[in-house]
Amino acid sequence: MSRKHEKGMSLIVKTITRFTVGLILLYGIYILSHGHISPGGGFAGGVIVALSFIHLMLAYGKETALKKLPKNVASFFESSGAILFLGIALLGFTGGYFFLNFLSKGQPFRLFSAGIIPLCNIAISFKVGAGLFTIFVALVLLTFEIGKKK
Amino acid sequence: MELYILLGFMILGAIIAIEIKDLLSSVVAVGAVGLGLSIMFLILKAPDVAITQLVVEILALIILVRATLKKDLPFSASGRWFFNTIITICFVALFLIVGMKCFKDLPGFGYPIMRISSVYLKDGLSQTGAANTVASVILDYRAYDTLGEATVLFTAVIGVLAIVRRIGRKKQGKTIGEDDE
Repeated sequence: MSRKHEKGMSLIVKTITRFTVGLILLYGIYILSHGHISPGGGFAGGVIVALSFIHLMLAYGKETALKKLPKNVASFFESSGAILFLGIALLGFTGGYFFLNFLSKGQPFRLFSAGIIPLCNIAISFKVGAGLFTIFVALVLLTFEIGKKK
Repeated sequence: MELYILLGFMILGAIIAIEIKDLLSSVVAVGAVGLGLSIMFLILKAPDVAITQLVVEILALIILVRATLKKDLPFSASGRWFFNTIITICFVALFLIVGMKCFKDLPGFGYPIMRISSVYLKDGLSQTGAANTVASVILDYRAYDTLGEATVLFTAVIGVLAIVRRIGRKKQGKTIGEDDE
């Protein structure tokens, strides 16, 4: 379907994408940063962030999206998210045990509250977003050329 | 009442997804089932699960559409339909019987056993400071589960990248490369 235009889809799709992709990214960041006071959380926010990059990739083709988020940067974010999550968990040993909520709880219903929970949300969203984007790139760009043998 | 309508809609969508021949239509039917499940979670007042279900469904749908379109996937329609049908019916009957025996011991729908949950609901806000009780459960009380889930996802990404990588895969006349699109 996209052979004719060489890169991505038609002009209408590209224009709409230019308007919406930033909003989708912002909504993902909102979901993940407010995970401790409203529904959502690190997993859903990370998936929405990954979906914004996938949206860009579907509309504009592989090069534009991979210029915004190259593969090695995505893999760096995924690994750093895992390390960050484990590091937060290990920092709990300063107060006693694994996954101790060692920061101050703060005032409920504020953005900076609930101790380590927002930090864990951010770490998980890094991991999930970069990981799912990497899976998408790997699965979609792969072509099996077995059928051409016939 | 809405739940039963949605349940019928989802069962219909699942049957269509299995029976239809076109791959793209089958993927769209699977997406309809997932959206119905998301609305069902929303009716049952579980917005966290509904959001996660919705976004993961969309992601899986995009991957399935892009992976099934334009690809010459092998379609197996073996001739052993009689044997396969017998095996399927036997296993479905087995699962139904075991499921009926198991569900008899579960608490009724809408009447859960509030042994640990009541503690979470009562002390969650004061102990963790998180207004969202689900976040306080998954990232504070049960953070080990989240760590395991993160490990599962990490392993899945590593597995996918190890299986579909290009290096060392040009064997047996099968060429696998990246699409120049």
